Amino acid sequence: MQYKSQAVAKPYFIAAIGLFLGQILFGLIMGYQYVVGDFLFPAIPFNVARMVHTNLLIVWILFGFMGSAYYLIPEEAETELFSPKLAWLMFWVFLVAGALTIVGYLTVPYATLASMTGNDILATMGREFLEQPLPTKVGIVIVALVFLFNISMTVLKGRKTSISLVLLLGLWGLAIFFLFSFYNPSNLVLDKYFWWWTVHLWVEGVWELILGAMLAFVLIKITGVDREVIEKWLYIIIAMTLITGIIGTGHHYFWIGTPEYWQWFGSVFSALEPIPFFMMTVFAFNMVNRRRREHPNKVATLWALGTGVMSFLGAGVWGFLHTLAPVNFYTHGTQITAAHGHMAFYGAYVMVNLTMISYAMPMLRGRSANSRASQLMEMWAFWLMTISIVCITLFLTAAGILQIWLQRMGTSPMSFMDAQDQIRIFYWAREFAGLVFLVGLVLYIWSFFFKNSEAQAAG
Amino acid sequence: MNETFTKAMARNIFYGGAVFFFLLFLALTFDTVQSLPKRDHRENITDSVVRGKHIWETRDCIGCHTLLGEGAYFAPELGNVYKRRGPEFIKAWIQGQPTGAPGRRQMPQFNLNDQQLDDVVNFLKWTSEINTNKWPPNIEG
Ligand code: HEM
Ligand code: HEM
Ligand SMILES: [Fe+2]
Repeated sequence: MQYKSQAVAKPYFIAAIGLFLGQILFGLIMGYQYVVGDFLFPAIPFNVARMVHTNLLIVWILFGFMGSAYYLIPEEAETELFSPKLAWLMFWVFLVAGALTIVGYLTVPYATLASMTGNDILATMGREFLEQPLPTKVGIVIVALVFLFNISMTVLKGRKTSISLVLLLGLWGLAIFFLFSFYNPSNLVLDKYFWWWTVHLWVEGVWELILGAMLAFVLIKITGVDREVIEKWLYIIIAMTLITGIIGTGHHYFWIGTPEYWQWFGSVFSALEPIPFFMMTVFAFNMVNRRRREHPNKVATLWALGTGVMSFLGAGVWGFLHTLAPVNFYTHGTQITAAHGHMAFYGAYVMVNLTMISYAMPMLRGRSANSRASQLMEMWAFWLMTISIVCITLFLTAAGILQIWLQRMGTSPMSFMDAQDQIRIFYWAREFAGLVFLVGLVLYIWSFFFKNSEAQAAG
Repeated sequence: MNETFTKAMARNIFYGGAVFFFLLFLALTFDTVQSLPKRDHRENITDSVVRGKHIWETRDCIGCHTLLGEGAYFAPELGNVYKRRGPEFIKAWIQGQPTGAPGRRQMPQFNLNDQQLDDVVNFLKWTSEINTNKWPPNIEG
């Protein structure tokens, strides 16, 4: 750690990992409800568990992004953070707001929560991923703005590198596109159209800038490859991201009431979206192969390479699988979508955060890398979590193919619920793989508590 | 990547590409918004439909069901349920929940009154009349 104020990243990372654990526990509850339908009913209905699962996911990823920025920006700008105090304050605001929101979901009926929190004044709730009550949404905007102010001021007073610039662009974009979550017209078609401006333009737009910047930073640190080379790659990757991904939004405009021409725009442009993910993989491997130093933190390198491969598989390959309109006609809103959602989110945004944490956390604790035993444990966690997400994806893909075959093809299609009964076995398998994921996550957390007596001192 | 291709060139492609395609996206959005009235039949969005959407949202129906293919995949598609089941079935169904059948997926009881039930049905009726380019593939959704 080169700058004292980078230390503020630590609570953000710890909170991120804690919420990650919560996310997985609720995933397992839902996975069980998929096969034993009345499990925990009516205490935790499926939709409540789902809100908790997906909102914790988003919130912990945001914690991860913010922590990463607080670690990365001072080092890139070569100056202390503008205000560590503000960063600490926002940490508590965000954590408390997040916790209250989850408690609200779990203890109050959603309709009551809505009327308690001003949803009748400005209705924004009850839309997928944007279920948060109005005060939480406003809180997210405030935290984001204060955070952006803090890191932007830091960059302004220090060295301006391409990596910080791209990271800032991505984070500003994140905040700006979140504003569409406040727009909820009573016309469902318009509602859906602009809902995707938050959801798609996040994960297939501005978040990829954040991902690229974080990966580039870690690669510079662990490989020692020339900054000029790495930043050139970064620009090309994110150029491809936005060139394909913006119009690629059209792959969500096939069947929601929007004009037919979106089938062409959406299919063609989103079919090119795997390119930047593929380049990310090539980039990561290339830089590691051309490394100029042997960094003692082996497991951070593993996470960085894993991010490249898994984001390409999850977003690139599984995205491409269902993105062409004639295919999407059958796969739209099935388990295929869930399969893709899991591998893409894990491969891209979970893994890049864990890459950053893996690199930065030892530094924050005063050493350049953890002990071998600790790294070995983390590697086990890497493989367990990664392999089980691959299994979850494969099981859900199998379930999805059968679901489509039974329910959407042929002359005497089955009803939804009858088709679900036929594919139970794959849901059991998914739940089992989910348990293995949990084991991986527990090992991951455990690896932080290892004795690090033989660890290298920070360089 | 070779040396003649510089970082400055890469950066210019990024900015140029981003701006160009975002403007194209705005233009397409403008055209879409112009042509939507013919496809979404907004003249049929009555006060009841508006209230129905509000009930749909405040009960988080999307947390179990899909609507026009978006949402959760735990329970049936409802964009075309009006055509599949009809208004009376839908109201009776909502009132009859939960089934309590052991091991079966359960839907909560929302205690909706008669007007609220009508509002939900009217919302689902309007939704089922949106021009979705012939999606879903069949009536089972
Ligand atoms: C890291 C990047 C990505 C993430 C995190 C991600 C995540 C998701 C998620 C969570 C959904 C479900 C949304 C919902 O609930 O309605 C989704 C849908 C979809 N994604 Fe991605 N995605 C990514 C990249 C891609 C790419 C690159 C493609 C295309 C090549 C793609 C194609 C699609 C399509 C076509 C759908 C709609 C599925 C449907 O019709 O049901 N995604 N994505
Ligand atoms: C490991 C155990 C996990 C289990 C058992 C699990 C289970 C589930 C279930 C049952 C759903 C709801 C599907 C539906 O709507 O019908 C879901 C949704 C979702 N989960 Fe997980 N999950 C797990 C881990 C994860 C992880 C690690 C991530 C992120 C990387 C994740 C991200 C998501 C997302 C984005 C959705 C929404 C998907 C969509 O809308 O298509 N889950 N999960
Ligand atoms: Fe998308």
